[in-house]
Amino acid sequence: MAQAEASEPLKPLLLDALWRARAKKFGGFAGYDMPLEFEGLIPEHNWTRTNAGLFDVSHMGPCFLSLNEGMGQPGAHERVSAIIETLVPADIAALELGQVRYSQILNAEGGVLDDLMIARAVAPERAGMLYIVVNAGCKEQDFALIAKAAGSVAKLERADDQVLLALQGPKAHEVMARLAPETAEMTFMTTRRMNISGARCLVARSGYTGEDGFEILVHPDEAKAFAELLLAQPEVKPIGLGARDSLRLEAGLCLYGHELDETISPIEAGLAWSIQKSRREAANFPGAQRILRELKEKPARKRVGIKPLERAPAREGVEIHANGAKIGVVCSGGFSPTLNAPISMGYVTPEFSKVGTRVDLIVRGQARPAEIVSLPFVPHRYARKP
Amino acid sequence: MKYTEEHEWVRMDGDVAVVGISAYAAEQLGDVVYVELPAIGAKVVKGKDMAVVESAKAASDVYAPISGEIVAVNDALGSAPETVNAGAEAGGWFVKIKPSNAGEMDALMDAGAYKTFVEGL
Repeated sequence: MAQAEASEPLKPLLLDALWRARAKKFGGFAGYDMPLEFEGLIPEHNWTRTNAGLFDVSHMGPCFLSLNEGMGQPGAHERVSAIIETLVPADIAALELGQVRYSQILNAEGGVLDDLMIARAVAPERAGMLYIVVNAGCKEQDFALIAKAAGSVAKLERADDQVLLALQGPKAHEVMARLAPETAEMTFMTTRRMNISGARCLVARSGYTGEDGFEILVHPDEAKAFAELLLAQPEVKPIGLGARDSLRLEAGLCLYGHELDETISPIEAGLAWSIQKSRREAANFPGAQRILRELKEKPARKRVGIKPLERAPAREGVEIHANGAKIGVVCSGGFSPTLNAPISMGYVTPEFSKVGTRVDLIVRGQARPAEIVSLPFVPHRYARKP
Repeated sequence: MKYTEEHEWVRMDGDVAVVGISAYAAEQLGDVVYVELPAIGAKVVKGKDMAVVESAKAASDVYAPISGEIVAVNDALGSAPETVNAGAEAGGWFVKIKPSNAGEMDALMDAGAYKTFVEGL
């Protein structure tokens, strides 16, 4: 048997000792030494789908972008939004207090440099501040791009020295309501600052598993006690990076470096919903020409869900064929514990993107039948506004 | 039972060698979700790819611990790949090989040597 091992020096998480005492397996991801598995990928995955899973995602890149002058004054939010809107195609100016939007940092050709979450601050004195979370592997690039766009008008303050925890699953809201009753009033994609049992927290009702849940930025001084408090709740178990990936794959969500890269546009990736009408009309974001053209005509390729009809998983890099010719490639693939079957996502030419289309996956040189299916593989269960 | 440094095991059953992956390897892989086995009659060569085992997170090659001809495969792994985790060195066997060179068995580690090898990893 062959097993790959990485050996470059890795940064430990702030809560390394807490996880090390519980995890079965650690491994490198984006330069961090991360817990990969606790009880086992499949039991952890299933626990998150039925209870509440606790993930340490402190490797990611939380930061704050704030105006240098005029914070809290009329027009402050519009001014800070104008900065970030030079990089992303989402309407940030239109965010309500505390609202979060998913977007992408684009290059001049409309390719995706990273995907990210952007939230508007709630408190009146913080008008002119945005809370932004970018991906671990892209954060140095992203922070530099945002700081450059901010120029002398605003400053970027990194918050990746804090602890970012994600509590995900159908029972996450019960746990949070017990510890912080005001979280019960929060709907999906909103944020609030609060103190939870002495821990200073910035709570977002969001996540990347397809489940309802929360992503909580915690002050480093109180993070250990807060994580222990969560772990002491009967519905909560720690979950590793392995299950995080299988959960997001079932949820049909993009992972940078797999479904997204600098050559792929948000339209190809099926993310047109994240580009609001106001920005399309203004056409004032990087790569607008390509993106608007792809919205009107067809993009060269489309992201699709793929269901192998046999048991063999089709992983990243597997070629997708139809009628004996290559029509695409798998960008993520593996095993779905919820469906007890292999699942993949890939890019195919538009004529083969229709749900129900039969294709072949070339796994280790052998063509295996598969079908294009709709995404997500497992329905989302977000706590949207009633 | 003999073992390879690549974590396969071999046990002679009459003149046929039963082959699988070690309990240590199964534990390292985690939940096995798919096993791809060679065809009966296929010729395998010591140290070369013989089968594939996929856990929830990755695919790994399994190498032939000895050379010979595949005379049986464990069809039960097709519908119940988790058998590899439940009994890696028993019910979770992969293939049976008719050895072409009996001497190859002698070069493999015995259980004690393999245990020492794994402890050193």
